[in-house]
Amino acid sequence: MSELTSKTIAELRDGFRAGEFTAIEIAESYNSAVAGARSLNAYTVETPDHALAVAAAADKARGNGDLPSLAGIPLGIKDLFATEGVDTTAGSRILKGFRPPYESTVTANLRRAGAGMLGKLNMDEFAMGSSNETSAYGPVISPWRRKGSNVGLTPGGSSGGSAAAVAACIAPGATGTDTGGSIRQPAAFAGICGIKPTYGRCSRWGVVAFASSLDQAGPMARSVRDCAILLEAMAGFDPKDSTSLELPVPKWEAGLSSDLKGKRVGIPKEYRIDGVPAEIDALWDQGIEWLKDAGAVPVEISLPHTKYALPTYYIIAPAEASSNLARYDGVRYGLRVEGVHTLDDMYGATRAAGFGEEVKRRIMIGTYVLSAGFYDAYFTKAQKVRALIKQDFRNAFEQCDVILTPTAPSAAFGIGETTDPLAMYLNDVFAVPASLAGLPAMSVPGGLDGQGLPLGLHLIGNELDEQIVLNAGLAIEERAGFTARPEKWW
Amino acid sequence: MTVSPEQVRHIAKLARIAMTDDELERLVPELNNILGWVEQLGEVDTDGVEPLATVIDQKLRLRDDVVTDGNIRDKILANAPEAQHGFFAVPKVIE
Repeated sequence: MSELTSKTIAELRDGFRAGEFTAIEIAESYNSAVAGARSLNAYTVETPDHALAVAAAADKARGNGDLPSLAGIPLGIKDLFATEGVDTTAGSRILKGFRPPYESTVTANLRRAGAGMLGKLNMDEFAMGSSNETSAYGPVISPWRRKGSNVGLTPGGSSGGSAAAVAACIAPGATGTDTGGSIRQPAAFAGICGIKPTYGRCSRWGVVAFASSLDQAGPMARSVRDCAILLEAMAGFDPKDSTSLELPVPKWEAGLSSDLKGKRVGIPKEYRIDGVPAEIDALWDQGIEWLKDAGAVPVEISLPHTKYALPTYYIIAPAEASSNLARYDGVRYGLRVEGVHTLDDMYGATRAAGFGEEVKRRIMIGTYVLSAGFYDAYFTKAQKVRALIKQDFRNAFEQCDVILTPTAPSAAFGIGETTDPLAMYLNDVFAVPASLAGLPAMSVPGGLDGQGLPLGLHLIGNELDEQIVLNAGLAIEERAGFTARPEKWW
Repeated sequence: MTVSPEQVRHIAKLARIAMTDDELERLVPELNNILGWVEQLGEVDTDGVEPLATVIDQKLRLRDDVVTDGNIRDKILANAPEAQHGFFAVPKVIE
């Protein structure tokens, strides 16, 4: 039943409940698709038995009436989430073979909602990257290719495996995490939907930490409705996460409406950047027209500190990472390099062998900006600029209800094409400000570029207003008519 | 502000990442490139601005000081590279 793998989560959910097909049939279709797509290198671990066991339970429960929201739905889980008894590596050699004795809150929530697991999805090492090229387990190859070309493209990152899996229909949905764009940019590159909720909506407990004031879990799927369904299951207060929002989870799916009458959509002038391809600006203009058609009124707004967002992020995120990654010392878990004399040597050798280039680079930057004599000039300064960036958004939301921008400054690029770290960082120029301000933000597919590659549109909402982000996303989805799927070469 | 090879060596020591001289040499221009780029924050007037510590306005929750967890020693040691007598074992600290 290969057509099951082209269905959305909503279609699978409704079809399963109506008795059109069984959960086992869904799980078997996806397990088979996963096994047949290994050349994408999207999965680091396949867990077909898990998907089947959960499906069997769902089939058994179907007769009894009260089914949890994701009964019958198998998902791909980014390898940054601790999954009890199943390898969790965060894309790093330093955690090779690590099997958590506990489950992350977000995946426990999904399990409670009845979802099964297809496997763990490949990612940039410790979520540091925008192309899934820094993974210790090999790059993910995008299912998308340029017209007439065999060149392997990146799916974006750091949730590259998640994006590739959903786009290639080897998962109906996946979890991702977003620290500086790591859900939204790969969603844009892969022609799928991905949302980063308000900071604190999803628990970070059991999510391998990169930058604690920025990390957020979120769903990636093929439709706005699917993202709403998944986010409702993933989100919720967790006493184990001190930054978890003690608020009820809104009924985002029930609240979906593409009627934007009376809503003002902010168009930030600082997001028109030199050097961004004309096609992307054109799609942005098209997005404005689509939202007008849905009843919204475009309003030009200014976010004056936009250009300082990326450098602010590249001080704060590496600083927090240098602190968070200090725990990988070969003592309690993960890699330990043997045959060294002292404890200090063991730390040095283990971390040298276990971390990749980009991770080392960021730890070094982070250590420097936090070190004595430089802390004020760099880290405190960056925190102050961050306050100004957040203030920009506060001011903007007095004049608009939702903000529309492009998601990424380019379509997917080739594997190995970007060698300068700084050039790679620029991929997140549109995504990072919303991360710094903790605001909900989403990417939805807007169209294809001249080479047949997806381009995304990006929506930012005020704190706690995921609903308007989803609704504006739905309005675009309905008008963009994006049905393109990558042509199967794998 | 640029970093010297000596400073990079010092940072690597703080970060407890062993590095060869070649690696350190390669890192100097890479770090200087990135640090030079983030330096533009110096253009921003931040007088009187409070550093942003909490992203979403929240009060840090407190709870009663009671033990609600524990007694899972074996789970905690399960991934240890080396465990002995219920402890994590490491190379000698004191010579």
